[in-house]
Amino acid sequence: MATTSAETQTGTVVPADNLPDTFPPFDGTTYASQILWLAITFGLLYWIMSRVALPRISGILEDRRDRIAGDIAEANRLNDESNAAIAAYEQALAEARANAHGIAQETRDKLKADVERRRAATEADLAAKLSDAEQRIQDIKAAAMENVGEIASETTTALVESLIGKAPTKTELSKAVDGAMK
Amino acid sequence: MANNPIDQFRITEIVPIEVGGLNLSFTNSALFMVVTTALVATFLILSTGGRGLVPSRWQSLAEMSYEFVANTLRSSAGNEGMRFFPLVFSLFMFVLFANLIGMFPYFFTVTSHIIVTFMLSLLVIGTVTVYGFAKHGTKFLHLFAPSGVPPIMYLLVTPIEVISFLSRPVSLSVRLFANMLAGHITLKVFAGFVVSLIAADGLGAIGPIMAILPLLMTIAITALEFLVSFLQAYVFTVLTCMYLNDALHPSH
Repeated sequence: MATTSAETQTGTVVPADNLPDTFPPFDGTTYASQILWLAITFGLLYWIMSRVALPRISGILEDRRDRIAGDIAEANRLNDESNAAIAAYEQALAEARANAHGIAQETRDKLKADVERRRAATEADLAAKLSDAEQRIQDIKAAAMENVGEIASETTTALVESLIGKAPTKTELSKAVDGAMK
Repeated sequence: MANNPIDQFRITEIVPIEVGGLNLSFTNSALFMVVTTALVATFLILSTGGRGLVPSRWQSLAEMSYEFVANTLRSSAGNEGMRFFPLVFSLFMFVLFANLIGMFPYFFTVTSHIIVTFMLSLLVIGTVTVYGFAKHGTKFLHLFAPSGVPPIMYLLVTPIEVISFLSRPVSLSVRLFANMLAGHITLKVFAGFVVSLIAADGLGAIGPIMAILPLLMTIAITALEFLVSFLQAYVFTVLTCMYLNDALHPSH
């Protein structure tokens, strides 16, 4: 039952003699063929989809999801690492700062002690020299005093001699000089 | 092609085959079924051949169709529904491509024949029924007796549910078939007006000018038909998903 399309040039519909009058979708004689070929083609499509195409696409999507998840995990790991490095650096910095502070303090203390020690030594030296000098002054003063007594005695002797023509005794002399010098 | 708007649905034999008195010829309809299947398969296999981590345009399109159908199925039938994914995806792609291929002038629209859409609907309802009974046994019949209804109401509710269940393959197939059929007839009629007006003898110069109106209409309807092609494929898929949901969870 071969059917052909009616070709018309005039724009008026002229049904060909061999065309069935039934509305094509309701023409039961074509059903068997359509069902058969639909079963074949749709069955084939289903087979291709379920065996090849869909597993492949879902594989691609899964790979991408895994890759993204993996990349995010890797990025997080690297981020953690860099955070740890920053923390370590800051720790080292703090330690170095503390060390430097310690060293500075130590040096300051050492210098201070040094200065203190030298000052003490100098002061002691000066004190020694001062007391030395004082001692010497004392000595000189004492010596001078001694000489004063002697001079006084001699002067008194000479004066008394010239006044009364007779030298005083040593006992009288020293008694008088000592009394005058007091 | 003739100007008769019905002629585009006529089935012609390409390779006559007859087995036991049955006409199983390879027809133009069968040819376009083959073309549909070949196009879908070629598109999906070639586009995903690169398995690119960063998809190419075509691969992106294939992935979008996958995600689109997967999301539709998951949202109405849940994750268990994904066992039917190859079926639902094949149905969507087959109907969509058949509809779109039919939009080319002189091409045959496979889905404009009730027997094709009815067979696809039967496949869906058959899957729902067989799987429903296999999975839930007689509990599948709870579909017809929803819980939370006063017992006396079952006299009313159960027949309604049975009728609604039985009418599903009919409504599913007629919706798709009628949309494609009506759309193509409308297109053909308006396109025919263009030719008739230009060729009309009595109108003189006015004819070609007036022909602009049905031409504009034809353009608009063509755009609309592309929308309908996609929309009907989507509606078919969504309803399939909802019916499959009944097979998975018959107690609502």
